[in-house]
Amino acid sequence: MIAVKNLTKSFGRNEVLKGISLQIRDGVITAVLGPNASGKTTLIKSLLGMVIPQNGTIELNGADIRNNWKYRQQIGYLPQIARFPENLKVKELVRMISDIRNSEGNLLPLADIFELHGVMNKPLRHLSGGTRQKVNIALAFMFDTPVYILDEPTAGLDPLALIRFKELLNKKKNEGKTILLTTHIVGLVDEIADDIVFLLEGNIFFSGALELLRQMHNGQSLELSIAGILEGNHD
Amino acid sequence: MIKILKYSFFDLIRSRWTYGYFLICLIISFGLLYFSRDLSKGIISMMNVILALNPLIATVFGSLYLYNSREFAELLLALPVKRSAIFAGKYLGLSLSLAAGYILGTGIPFILSGIAATDQAANFIMLTVAAIFLLFIFTGISFLVSIRYENSVRGFGVSIFIWLALAFLYDGIFLLALLMFEQYPLEKFALIATVFNPIDLSRVLIMLKLDISALMGYTGAVFNKFLGTGLGTTVSLGSLVLWVAVPLLFFIRQVKRKDF
Repeated sequence: MIAVKNLTKSFGRNEVLKGISLQIRDGVITAVLGPNASGKTTLIKSLLGMVIPQNGTIELNGADIRNNWKYRQQIGYLPQIARFPENLKVKELVRMISDIRNSEGNLLPLADIFELHGVMNKPLRHLSGGTRQKVNIALAFMFDTPVYILDEPTAGLDPLALIRFKELLNKKKNEGKTILLTTHIVGLVDEIADDIVFLLEGNIFFSGALELLRQMHNGQSLELSIAGILEGNHD
Repeated sequence: MIKILKYSFFDLIRSRWTYGYFLICLIISFGLLYFSRDLSKGIISMMNVILALNPLIATVFGSLYLYNSREFAELLLALPVKRSAIFAGKYLGLSLSLAAGYILGTGIPFILSGIAATDQAANFIMLTVAAIFLLFIFTGISFLVSIRYENSVRGFGVSIFIWLALAFLYDGIFLLALLMFEQYPLEKFALIATVFNPIDLSRVLIMLKLDISALMGYTGAVFNKFLGTGLGTTVSLGSLVLWVAVPLLFFIRQVKRKDF
């Protein structure tokens, strides 16, 4: 379980996270939603130790992650923009990440799903944006980690790849993995997420099961529920 | 760290930049050797080129490399590796690939000219040592500047200005100060002022080795007079090591605090 307590982070005068606390359950898919600049990426980067928060604690299975890098062995991460060293071939990048992680990983099934076999020997600079994103997904999921953190995973994916990606998420969930993802696509959340964290201007507006949110808004569609939250906030 | 170093090194030695630098060194070396027809003159001409060129190359490549690999650094930072190890690896990867380009680019022409069998071999080695020091120092400075400035254009500008200041402006101001205060004993001032400029230090280091008093210049002569060749060489080498270490330590400190 991931437990966040009173997390604050500001960049200069800009307060991005204003003391948020939340818990992310094991074995479910949690979607972090929120408008642009609501603090989604900062939250995710804090979990990964890329952003150093001013106050608050983050615990992964009871252990504080501060000044600790080994906990990242338990996390597979998909960054938002997939830009890689240009001269490396896909194959070499995969080998490099495996080498750094000290783990072989299992790329083959992912390469099958996303049809990556044809590009393994191509340098990364020759790949299209969508193909890079597929490589990005494969890199995040090829290692058997208990937690996966995905920042805008569906960006640039074609419809077929999107379907396969959703299947992959469900499969991982059934294996008992904890998945945390950010997205703007409400339909995707509706389809796959169990829990929702709704961020608004650095505060948590809603955190809990998707069902609960629906009940609070009298069984409306998720899109309308979210619109309800946003409108309520403007009143 | 070794793994990051290995991959940045292999990524870089295949890049056009490193090839370009290698070719520049190759062409300059062949050109200078051809025109001067004399190894010792070739070494001196080479020194004059390298003192300006190597800091510039390291500055430009250091800035571009760090800014270009920002997104990729994100991917690495999420892996179970220490932050400082990632960036120390990148630093060594770039400096070593530049050093490899330099050693091959100048080594091939000078060895073909038969330098190994002459008394100039030691001088050439000293030139190479100083040149590689400059690559490491200016890679470190440009990395430090680039990590501090989020805006790549501004960071690049500051790095280039530092190069310009140390390569040209510093000497001008230094000479002006010497002229203005010529009535006063200035040896100590000159000694200290040299230590604060890695390019001057490298020049002094090579000059002390070449031991051509006519070419030593004022600072070289001061070093020679006050410290002697042995101690002078030790002091300048030691200062160059500090010039590598200090920016690098500040860089690593920045890396540990930075938000990515």
